[in-house]
Amino acid sequence: MEVKLRVRRYDPEGDRKPYTQEYAVEMPDSATVLDSLIQVREEVDETLGLRCSCRSSICGSCAMRINGRARLACKTKVVAVAPNGGTVNVEPAGNMPVLKDLIVDFEVFWEKIKAVVPWLRPEGPEPEREYIVDNDKMLNLNTTVACIMCGACVSDCTSLEVDPGFLGPAALAKAYRFVGDPRDGHKLDRLKQYTEAHGMWDCAHCFMCVEVCPKDVAPMDWILELRREAEAEGFTNHNGVRHGRSIAESVKEAGWLDEGKVAMESMGSIGEKLALVPVGMRAFFRGKMPPMGPMHYQRPGAESVRRIFEELEAKE
Amino acid sequence: MKYAFYPGCVAKGGAPELYMSTRAVAEALDIQLEELEGAACTGAGVLSERNPELADTLNARTFAMAERLGLPLMNICSTCHGVMSQSNARLRKDPEYLERINKRLAPERLHYSGEVSIKHFLWVMMEDIGLDKVRSLVVNPLGDLKAAPFYGCYIVRPTWVLGYDEKPERKHYLEDLIEALGAQSVEYQGVDKCCGFPILTMNRENSLRMTGTHLLDAKTQGADMMVTPCPLCHLNLDGGQVDAAGVVKANLELPVLHLPQMVGMAFGMKPERLGLKKNIVNTQPVLKKAGFA
Repeated sequence: MEVKLRVRRYDPEGDRKPYTQEYAVEMPDSATVLDSLIQVREEVDETLGLRCSCRSSICGSCAMRINGRARLACKTKVVAVAPNGGTVNVEPAGNMPVLKDLIVDFEVFWEKIKAVVPWLRPEGPEPEREYIVDNDKMLNLNTTVACIMCGACVSDCTSLEVDPGFLGPAALAKAYRFVGDPRDGHKLDRLKQYTEAHGMWDCAHCFMCVEVCPKDVAPMDWILELRREAEAEGFTNHNGVRHGRSIAESVKEAGWLDEGKVAMESMGSIGEKLALVPVGMRAFFRGKMPPMGPMHYQRPGAESVRRIFEELEAKE
Repeated sequence: MKYAFYPGCVAKGGAPELYMSTRAVAEALDIQLEELEGAACTGAGVLSERNPELADTLNARTFAMAERLGLPLMNICSTCHGVMSQSNARLRKDPEYLERINKRLAPERLHYSGEVSIKHFLWVMMEDIGLDKVRSLVVNPLGDLKAAPFYGCYIVRPTWVLGYDEKPERKHYLEDLIEALGAQSVEYQGVDKCCGFPILTMNRENSLRMTGTHLLDAKTQGADMMVTPCPLCHLNLDGGQVDAAGVVKANLELPVLHLPQMVGMAFGMKPERLGLKKNIVNTQPVLKKAGFA
């Protein structure tokens, strides 16, 4: 079959700005996007820059944006992304600087991984033999250790797009791998660090990392697990915790959200609360202030909702 | 057609214009809505983050209410839709879990079999009603309008929870609907990204930067308006637009309509009936282009 590729190219040493270049190569029906790019480089244009190694979706080298989403080029069959023989759009991974064409600088990725201290730091006397850990406690970690550090989640993270300082999905999933490991002796230091600015509470819960991860690590799930652990360990002085608690209280009380109350209760400082006033005023002048306080009526069956809360909160 | 109607919290609170316009458009489409008055909040993703079993129980309770009526469930919020779909996937995957949850519903004589159909109004219009019927009701084609679609994360990801493998066309329902109403759909980067609302209280700067970036992007691509099926996105895109403009240091002033407000305009409904004067960003320029003013 003929594979048509539209590749975003850029060489900072020679190009003033990125541009796209189109290629067409003859490939077997089973070809992956990586096979096709390699064919281009070997037979059509040796200047095309790309990074790859194992071709078996294990080394994590060939993450790039294919038709707008981060994927491993070696794991992506052309027929899956261009079933009717259309053109495949190929761009470098996002949220990292381009070194050349499809090769990005992973330095920012590794800086974030290093920032979460990605190794076990046991405390206390070493056991005489190996550390014994319950199977159950290791089960969660099995998912996070499946990460191959390809950077697909970092590429498409919507929070990183607006805040390059955010620790990001790969590093935070790695962070959970040690927070959740009973052999580690620094759980509280770690949770304190990840609660700070640019940490776990800046995840926008957009599911992008869950969607693009080629190894089903689902980094967002582990970020949420970190949040639960942090709250359980007493790191509660954060708007994220206040927000979650206020929503739970509101639903428990009336069966539905008291929007105004949740907004006010989520804010930790007077300044933050005051910043909400213009938002409320704008709604007021449009005649759509949500019912608040005594006006926030109970939904029919609210007592059943409350009972369900009481039964299940005990399990938190 | 008849549905068990789950309006969600915001349509009954801070976005009454969504409720009004939904009712109006549903009536025009011969859709009967039986509102689930006693259904609880889905938890908006936050309850399931804190306590998944609690959120799943509340959602199973809602599904059981729809089942008791023998009706498919229709919601009007991308977030409610995503949270419900995720809960439903967990309940259907594990019969023992479903049974345990059903025991908690028993005091209300509710029981969920795991079989309810959950659809957002957008999907109802595209899959159950069909574009032919929608087109037949267009008396005021939105020919001069360029509309930027904004889906909201929960109705697009994870794709495997939302049935995109079986129905890949769900990826472009908003664009298809915009075109069917006679308007032009605007392509831009932010169409399926995060509006920023979930982190508004945690990191206002990042949240509003997301909002402002998408609005500016859409406007730069020529949009006259944005349309969203998610009232939570709407809170940031419309309600937070003035603040977002300050963060991205740009003049935005892009009207943001709820999905049924746009459909209702094409159906020739009066702006008052669609609550178009309740949007924070002035919708007058859109109404003018749509031939109302």
